[in-house]
Amino acid sequence: MAGYTLAELAAWGERIEELAREEGLDFYPQEFELCDYEDMLCYQAYNGMPSHYPHWSFGKAYDRLKTLYKYNISGLPYEMVINANPCIAYLMKENSLLLQILTMAHVYGHNDFFRNNRLFTTGTRAELTVETFKNHARRVREYAGDPSIGYERVEQLLNAAHALRFQTNRVVGEGRLSYEEYYRRKHRSGQEKTPDHPLLEETRAPGAAAGSTGLKRRIPPQPEEDILWFITEYGDLEEWEKDIINIVREETAYFLPQIETKIMNEGWASFWHYLLLTRLDLPEELRWEFYKYHNQVIRPLPGSLNPYHIGYVIFKYLYEREGKEKIFEAREVEKDQSFLRRYLNLEICKELELFEYIKKSDEYVVKEIADEEGWKSIRNQLVKTTGLGAIPVIRIVEYRPLDHHLLLEHEYDGRDLEMNYATETLRYCAGLWKGKVTLKTRLNREERIIHCDEKSNLSILL
Amino acid sequence: MAVFREYNSGGKDRSAEDRRRHRQLVEKAIKKNLHEIVAEESIIGQSKDKKIKIPIRGLKEYQFVYGRNQGGVGTGTGKEKRGDIIAKDLISRGPGQGGAGTEEGEEIYETEITIEDLVNYIFDDLNLPYLERKKLSQTETVAGQKPLGYRTKGIPPRLAKKRSVMEKIKRRQGRRRADPEFTKDERFPFHEEDLRYRYIREEKRPQTNAVVFCIMDTSGSMDHTKKYLARSFYFLLYQYLRLKYTEVEVVFVAHTTTAREVREEEFFHRVESGGTFISSGYRKALEIIEERFNPAVWNIYAFHTSDGDNWSEDNEQALAAARELCRVCNLFGYGEIDPDGFHMTSPISRLFQETLAEKNFAMVKITDKEDLFPAMKKLLTLEERLEE
Repeated sequence: MAGYTLAELAAWGERIEELAREEGLDFYPQEFELCDYEDMLCYQAYNGMPSHYPHWSFGKAYDRLKTLYKYNISGLPYEMVINANPCIAYLMKENSLLLQILTMAHVYGHNDFFRNNRLFTTGTRAELTVETFKNHARRVREYAGDPSIGYERVEQLLNAAHALRFQTNRVVGEGRLSYEEYYRRKHRSGQEKTPDHPLLEETRAPGAAAGSTGLKRRIPPQPEEDILWFITEYGDLEEWEKDIINIVREETAYFLPQIETKIMNEGWASFWHYLLLTRLDLPEELRWEFYKYHNQVIRPLPGSLNPYHIGYVIFKYLYEREGKEKIFEAREVEKDQSFLRRYLNLEICKELELFEYIKKSDEYVVKEIADEEGWKSIRNQLVKTTGLGAIPVIRIVEYRPLDHHLLLEHEYDGRDLEMNYATETLRYCAGLWKGKVTLKTRLNREERIIHCDEKSNLSILL
Repeated sequence: MAVFREYNSGGKDRSAEDRRRHRQLVEKAIKKNLHEIVAEESIIGQSKDKKIKIPIRGLKEYQFVYGRNQGGVGTGTGKEKRGDIIAKDLISRGPGQGGAGTEEGEEIYETEITIEDLVNYIFDDLNLPYLERKKLSQTETVAGQKPLGYRTKGIPPRLAKKRSVMEKIKRRQGRRRADPEFTKDERFPFHEEDLRYRYIREEKRPQTNAVVFCIMDTSGSMDHTKKYLARSFYFLLYQYLRLKYTEVEVVFVAHTTTAREVREEEFFHRVESGGTFISSGYRKALEIIEERFNPAVWNIYAFHTSDGDNWSEDNEQALAAARELCRVCNLFGYGEIDPDGFHMTSPISRLFQETLAEKNFAMVKITDKEDLFPAMKKLLTLEERLEE
């Protein structure tokens, strides 16, 4: 370590923790692990997890990170922290003392956020994080090592599951009903009269039976977001395949709160590292370094968005106008989209110097700027593209058991799908489903139907 | 109070296996795109150690993602005005709609591989097993004799006179020491045991001299796509011959109604207008063979690519010249390039097929990149048969 000892670091850590507690932060027990930069790259490639199932995409991530780092295109993150109880954070040995202090303070912000934000408390179980990932890794390795399954089949399955991993239930922490239960409840509430086992009857005699009862049971009853779940339920998969798919789904569920609160989480942590460090009585030479790094962390990225910057400015604004209680409330109940909708105002838009652009042929043109008429449009656009808003909504609208055909529909909001990606993803989907899959979407507002059969042949209907 | 601990990897590199697998998949991807690499690089006639950079599309992790038509929000300087153009799509779209390879998230790896690696990949792809490759490179001729010292047994023509005399002198000296009565003038004849013979070994060297005649129709009807296919084909042919012979010369003959010997650059990039006399190209090749490449010494391979649009009054002459080429060449091939798959067979190819019965004549049809390898294979099998 560069010019400091572990004991020194621990002493600083203690003071930071004390201050954080005084300020009202409420966090899990904290653990810091000191590692070198290669270990850091490794953690980064595996999403910070001490153990994780193998897949080439992590090797690719590692090589990519290393290349970027080697050519100095991107620096390593100062900090890497995982939502677990106890909370684990990594400190890179090569960092200066000040960077470690800054990182530790920042980490306590995240730790508090993990422990208190609604999405994390309802959507994840921090005390099981490390064990869960370890268990997943063990299961996947077992399947890969099983001679009747083998590495390649596991890999192929993971490729497909990764392709669909974000086509998932978007409401964090929501329990789900089986369709049968859904219909039963609907029946009980008297909206519908149905025989005892509607699903069974439906599959036995579709069409005719539906006609005779006067009811047609749709599967799914409502458009289904969770494509992987649907395939495990209605597809033709072996047990190990279902298990691996559920592993991928569980991981997505674990990371969903982080995707949905990127701006808040980083803003909150940046707000607190700043506040804590200003109260830490840093010696002068460290103070200058602190300002330098702090400004680097929250600097605006021209033409793009820095979540640290946006989150920090909003929390600071709220803290200054409405007090501490307000920011603690916001960190507990909001996610990025609601946070921005509720608190982003003209003043903050101006301070952030936000603008909205649209694409006209091959040019990006400024559409709105942060003024009286423009800011709402900017806010709405930002909300629309934040968190899961950046991921297209694609849902299963119909399942036709007769020819084992799945119909997907893209909920079009003016944003086109990247077609090459869409067709390849559809292939994965058809492969997993072992049947025909059709996707309805729009390209330049005109309807496109992409069809993929079980042999992975594509056809696009205009 | 927080826990501080040092990470100990125990010397284990946890990402090693996933990295290895990723690279393996990337390598597979390279092999898949071989045709493109072959067609785009200027690699004919380069040394085998030359490194070429090839971009590989990163292994994509496909998901449903938004394309580039969407607007967004950015941080500015506060000075933006409505209607300002802030950026342009600098990345031009590739051919074909959709523009694969230009989308966001596209990662392009550049990997350097040597031409030799490339060729190995190609022949892997052609299923030419290593053993056979080795066999090919052992086509040998007696190239010379190498002295390996002297022996006491041998045939008279290899008698080493000087050495034998030396042996005799040595023996006489010995005799003189042992026998004081022995006088200088006493007769002292050669004995069998004095005789030494040169010992030599015949040296076999791989055959060295081969020349490839790349004859191409450069008339207006040969468009870019057709040339691209032709070029890929020549590359493969050249590489195949390089396995067999240590030195391979390449002669490029371009023809319209007249033929000229040209440099590689010109060969592929020049567009000429005018009609087509295939015979002119053949005549030119024959002329060059006459001047510089004696068929007794050189292994001659001639290959002609054309779209088959020969002017009909030339067909007979073309046939005659083709016959003559078959006579002097190890292999003469005619490749018809027809990217549209339009006409089934051109008059000239039909003529060749029906009347050119020479064993070392091969005809292939190439409509697509995918046809290159099968076409190459056809030639290889013919070549094998000829050798047997």
